[in-house]
Amino acid sequence: MARSNKPILWLPFAGGGLVAALIIPVLIVITGILVPLGVVRLPYDKMTAFAHNPLGKLILFGTVALPAWHAAHRLRMTAHDLGLGDGAAVKALCYGAAGILIVVAAAMLVAI
Amino acid sequence: MSRRPYIRKLERNWWLGQRRYVVYMVRELTSLFIGLYCVLLVVGLFRLAQGRAAWDGFLAALSSPPGVLLQLVCLAFATYHSLTWFALTPKAMPLMVRGEPVPAMAIVGMHYGAWAVVSLIVLMAAGI
Amino acid sequence: MSEDVTLSILRFRPEVDREPHFQTYTVPYREDWVVLDALNHIKDHLDATLSYRWSCHMAICGSCGMMINGEPKLACHAFLRDYRHDGIRIEPLDHFPIERDLVIVMDSFMEKLSSVKPFVIAKEEKPLSDGEHLQSPLQLMAFKQYTLCINCLLCYAACPQCGLKEDFVGPAALALAHRYNLDSRDDGNDQRADVVASNEGVWECTFVGACSEVCPKHVDPAAAIQQAKISASLDWFKAWLLPGAHR
Repeated sequence: MARSNKPILWLPFAGGGLVAALIIPVLIVITGILVPLGVVRLPYDKMTAFAHNPLGKLILFGTVALPAWHAAHRLRMTAHDLGLGDGAAVKALCYGAAGILIVVAAAMLVAI
Repeated sequence: MSRRPYIRKLERNWWLGQRRYVVYMVRELTSLFIGLYCVLLVVGLFRLAQGRAAWDGFLAALSSPPGVLLQLVCLAFATYHSLTWFALTPKAMPLMVRGEPVPAMAIVGMHYGAWAVVSLIVLMAAGI
Repeated sequence: MSEDVTLSILRFRPEVDREPHFQTYTVPYREDWVVLDALNHIKDHLDATLSYRWSCHMAICGSCGMMINGEPKLACHAFLRDYRHDGIRIEPLDHFPIERDLVIVMDSFMEKLSSVKPFVIAKEEKPLSDGEHLQSPLQLMAFKQYTLCINCLLCYAACPQCGLKEDFVGPAALALAHRYNLDSRDDGNDQRADVVASNEGVWECTFVGACSEVCPKHVDPAAAIQQAKISASLDWFKAWLLPGAHR
């Protein structure tokens, strides 16, 4: 047995869990209830202004990247619980999917 | 004396055997719906980058019946994640202040407080 | 009031049985009996071949752990009166090989326990002439809860990761490692880390929490493991930022 390098996966997972817990529900309330009801409008100009702001970019990135990583790691562990093992395929699928989301998010935020 | 230890195989559906394991699985599956919502957010960023028309189309899709339904399911699971995450935090991070352990309820309470503050800030930023 | 209780017990005698099978027994119901009393009644009066571990009959030795209606419990801690209406199904602890009847093979646990070096590893060996290690009540409070483990293995039976991965060091061993890592007299964190911070150590745990739910001494191994994950992660980053600064 040797010391594992799991912390590099686990710390962002833990951080993502906290970020997800604090911010995801209110975001879904906005995009899933308030916008459809017309109570809140998310106008293009306002959104791009927020995304132009460096702090805005950082917030948007953190909001997407950390929960995505949290989900990836947790789904990888759950796959093992469900008898799908802990092989390269599971890891590639989970962390790969999160990686794609994170890279695309970063690219979009750089572009906006 | 012959020893022949018998090994019982764990069934693949072991988690259906007890309520506590089913509850655990539901808790873990909250991450699936958080992940799905992250996909939705990234699509949103993509549409935002594409321009006004694409963004408006995205908002329209969010407001469609399947869009709302998916998001409500995500909301239910995301909320359950928050509740379970806050409840478990005191176990992972016991706090001592001036030689006394901070009661678990206080730690949980601080998380709910932070949740309320963050939610309020985001709602105000969105234009409530 | 002449009531009887039916017990359905998983039998396995390696010299005659190919597979375990249930055998039912009827014992008298007594208001103050625990399952262990029923087992002793069976052994004394009905079937002397029934094998099971027990000793103190007061939930401190940790010997009589078994699955009672699918839940890991100490047989001396489960009252007949709570099961009277359900019928009682008794099986050996989950996630361990069956030696015979309700006796499990616990060799793997004994290895895991010793692998975490469950003893004070002092910074420097103090000569006797220096006197005792002094420890304040506050320092004791930091780890006292984790000293209460009676090695009953209910947590291993409850933990799905123990069922899924045989190598998982497991709740009790990891909680005990944490007990020593938190002890102010101890400086062995680094020496334990190869086991505790390995993939088979704390990282196999997914915080199901069943271990803490079934623990008869309220040790809360789940909490110990999560705390150990955090400290292992911080140690990992410290080592990464300052390579070579091994204590």
